[in-house]
Amino acid sequence: MNFKVMPFVMAAVTLLFSVNVFAAAPIRIGALFAVTGPAAFLGEPERNSAQMVVDEINRTGGVKGQKLELVVYDTSGDATKAVQLATKLIKDDKVVAIIGPSTTGETMAVIPVAERGHVPLISCSAGSKITDPVKRWVFKTAQNDSLAVGRIYEYLQKTGQTKVSILTVSDGFGASGREQLKSQAAKYGITIVSDDTYGPKDTDMTAQLTKMRGTNTQAIICWGTNPGPAVIAKNVRQLGIKTPLFMSHGVSSKKFIELAGDSAEGIKIPSGKVVVADMLPASDKQKKSLMAFVRDYKKHYSAEGDHFGGHAWDAIMLIRNAINNGAGTAAAIRDQLESTRGFAGIGGTFNYSPQDHAGLGKDAFVLVEVKNKDWMIVK
Amino acid sequence: MQFDQILQYTLSGLSTGAIYALIGIGFSIIYNATGIINFAQGEFVMLGGLLTLSCLNVLKLPLWAAIPCAIAVSTLVGILFERLAIRPLRHPTPINLVIITIGGSILLRGLAMLVWGKDTHSVPPFSGDAPIAIGGATILPQHIWILAITLIIIFINKIYFYHTISGKAMRACSYNRRAAGLVGIDVKRMVLFSFIISSAMGAVAGIIVAPLTMTAYDVGIMLGLKGFCAAIIGGMSSGLSTVIGGLILGVLESLGAGLISSGYKDAIAFIILLLILFFRPQGLFGKADSERV
Amino acid sequence: MKRNFLLFIGFSVLVMLAPQYFRGGYMMNVLVFVGINTMLAIALNLLLGYAGQISLGHAGFFGLGAYLSGIMTTTFSLNPWLAMPLAAIAVGCLAFMIGFPVLKLKGHYLAMATLGLGIIFFIIFNETYEWTGGPSGLSGIPYLELGGISFDTDVKNYYLIWAFTLAVMLFSLNLASSRVGRALRAVHDSEVAAQVLGVNARLLKVQIFALSAIISSLAGSLYAHTMTFISPTSFGFNFSIELLTMVVIGGLGSIYGSFLGAALLTLLPEILRGANDYDIIIYGGLLMVMVMYMPGGLVRGIPALFRKLTGRKGGADHA
Repeated sequence: MNFKVMPFVMAAVTLLFSVNVFAAAPIRIGALFAVTGPAAFLGEPERNSAQMVVDEINRTGGVKGQKLELVVYDTSGDATKAVQLATKLIKDDKVVAIIGPSTTGETMAVIPVAERGHVPLISCSAGSKITDPVKRWVFKTAQNDSLAVGRIYEYLQKTGQTKVSILTVSDGFGASGREQLKSQAAKYGITIVSDDTYGPKDTDMTAQLTKMRGTNTQAIICWGTNPGPAVIAKNVRQLGIKTPLFMSHGVSSKKFIELAGDSAEGIKIPSGKVVVADMLPASDKQKKSLMAFVRDYKKHYSAEGDHFGGHAWDAIMLIRNAINNGAGTAAAIRDQLESTRGFAGIGGTFNYSPQDHAGLGKDAFVLVEVKNKDWMIVK
Repeated sequence: MQFDQILQYTLSGLSTGAIYALIGIGFSIIYNATGIINFAQGEFVMLGGLLTLSCLNVLKLPLWAAIPCAIAVSTLVGILFERLAIRPLRHPTPINLVIITIGGSILLRGLAMLVWGKDTHSVPPFSGDAPIAIGGATILPQHIWILAITLIIIFINKIYFYHTISGKAMRACSYNRRAAGLVGIDVKRMVLFSFIISSAMGAVAGIIVAPLTMTAYDVGIMLGLKGFCAAIIGGMSSGLSTVIGGLILGVLESLGAGLISSGYKDAIAFIILLLILFFRPQGLFGKADSERV
Repeated sequence: MKRNFLLFIGFSVLVMLAPQYFRGGYMMNVLVFVGINTMLAIALNLLLGYAGQISLGHAGFFGLGAYLSGIMTTTFSLNPWLAMPLAAIAVGCLAFMIGFPVLKLKGHYLAMATLGLGIIFFIIFNETYEWTGGPSGLSGIPYLELGGISFDTDVKNYYLIWAFTLAVMLFSLNLASSRVGRALRAVHDSEVAAQVLGVNARLLKVQIFALSAIISSLAGSLYAHTMTFISPTSFGFNFSIELLTMVVIGGLGSIYGSFLGAALLTLLPEILRGANDYDIIIYGGLLMVMVMYMPGGLVRGIPALFRKLTGRKGGADHA
């Protein structure tokens, strides 16, 4: 090797190293989403939203001069993988916070890992027992399904339709909803006259619906995520059942209307405000965040920003606000999160406290109805 | 009221059962010609539905052109599968065959996921969706299409296997491969034919059921398993026995879901499978098999 | 004999030293699961590789062990060290009883029967929510404790799990080279011939089935006490297929092969991590390629490949 080149090489190498030293290390945020597998309808929009927000933040200079780096791992909806990857995020990637997982089952598995590792976990799944009882390091941005059930029951109580039949899907989402439907019935004066389930991949629910038709039910509540509820809507139409049909926030998307077609008309669901963002009054505190989210998602991914993606958006923004308020370590971020008040996000207005790591109240859900192939707010 | 309910359960069960029957016949045809249980059978059902979707939406073909197109492409995939996976197998033990077909089904599913995404898609029904009342129960026009097309396929099957040379040759292979080879039948080609017919039938099943149940990259798994149950009940015959097996399975499932418990509905199919395997492994209608030592 | 003994000692030493190399990082977590999967793969291999009986439902026994241990230690507050063997015994008895009718079947019929069994177990886990928590899973399962040490970190669990795994390996290696092992292989080759020679094939098959179930149940209980949370999705059809793949890729009828297969399949997602949506294709493709070109599994295929590449001849190829 030509020795005259050596000084230049040394200079170049030194420059390379010094550039690394002078550039501020990005703040690493970990993410566990079920991008593939049975919960992909949750994980994919969540990952897209999270990435979009992080990119936007970095584009405008980062937080307090530091860029954010999002480390996303795909759990495929598998609790075992979620645990492994949570450990990886904490031990290998040294993240300061973890957002996700997408499902309640995975979250319950990951909670001990976060608690042991002293890293704040902001879950994007709906199960009430994630934050009840409160765990020091665990928060959630998805609305409790207890709030969704409360919304429906409140409406039914008002309209005197107190005899209901429930049809829930036999997975984590449906099971959690079913638990809530049963435990809150008495509070609103509701009687459950029949209680059936269906499998996530089932293609025909006429048997269960026929059974319901034979009872004196005044409302049918179906708790699940696509495609089951679409099949149920079609079956209801086929059987000529006139009983009003209610569903869960699991179908609060245009996709459901597309799948169910004409059978979707008249179905009412409790939904996060994102599906009716443009119909909200200007005085609504969330309107600004909602419109920004819908607009940005459309720009980045040419698709509808939905209810689930919103959970990830909220989580990243909450962490960003925490860092903005001076938090740099995992523990400091946790403390900042816990003292967040009045953050108007996609899922609702968040007010965390040491006793409440779920942060949302009744305003998180509105009752909406399918009219003319679109969602309308029910007055 | 009770009778109406049972009628509804039965009618719904019949149309689901017809789908199981079609898939089951697909299993039987390959098994009879080759001794292989093709675990990837369910994936052809999935391909049928998704390909029709693409032909309609991407190629903008009308329905009557999209369907043959979808069947043709599925059959092509079936041929490729036989050529690339089954034929080169050097040690065709049952374990290896099971694993290769399982591997094939995973591969097909993965490719479908890449092409069509993870979403569920809806396919328009053949002739509208106004409910038709029969007694106190209702069915959709699509149900009638399913039953009609299944009957037509059974009929075509019967004619092919009993009144054409190649059909008879395939039956010869299923009775005794070596003897069939000795009388001049090209056994390898019969294997190929069996895959062609099975993948085509699977695709048809997928196409006629997609308007009812919507389609996605993973509909093949459960359908394949239930179709296999139908085939076992029917004693692995490629004809009427498997059809009856499928119908019985569909109706029992529907009745079970309505009258006993909706949560254990899938378990019903597999409990029936186990009972048949334990007490009458030759199927409800078959003759007892003797085993070569 | 001596060579095998030395091989096992060497392997055990490597296992014990591994934590020093990985220094308590993320790999420790992965290696814990490699240990559990190795146990499961060995259990399936005894049934599949040695006795030649296909099972596509082994995740069911794994889940049964996990749930029984989990329920006994949460709802009934039993000591885990008592719950684990109780669960194993219960699962063993159940497998013994089911084994008689099931193992009368052969080939594809056996495969489908075990498949059906596995799915029925899964549906039971999912539906009996008063006991199992249903789809939402069972949480709050206690860690194992021994003499004041609580096994609540990855490193401690690594030693715990691998102690059991090595014990299972030792046991299986002994079994394979014993009279029972030879009888199993005889049954695999030809059941009728074995019976003619005085082997009670039917009883032997059921006994191995029960043993396989007991080991799987033990692995399940250990899994439950390390994860502290279990849900039905981990015990479904997909996992049964994964186990089958581990055994086949590693090598049927080879205990070390089971370890190789388990290690490869547990580490594969790590290696493929960049290629997220493509990993399912690679997985299926790998299965097919292995069966087509290396049907004896890695444990035989790699030495054979090596021999072919270096032009060496000879070397008897025995199972």
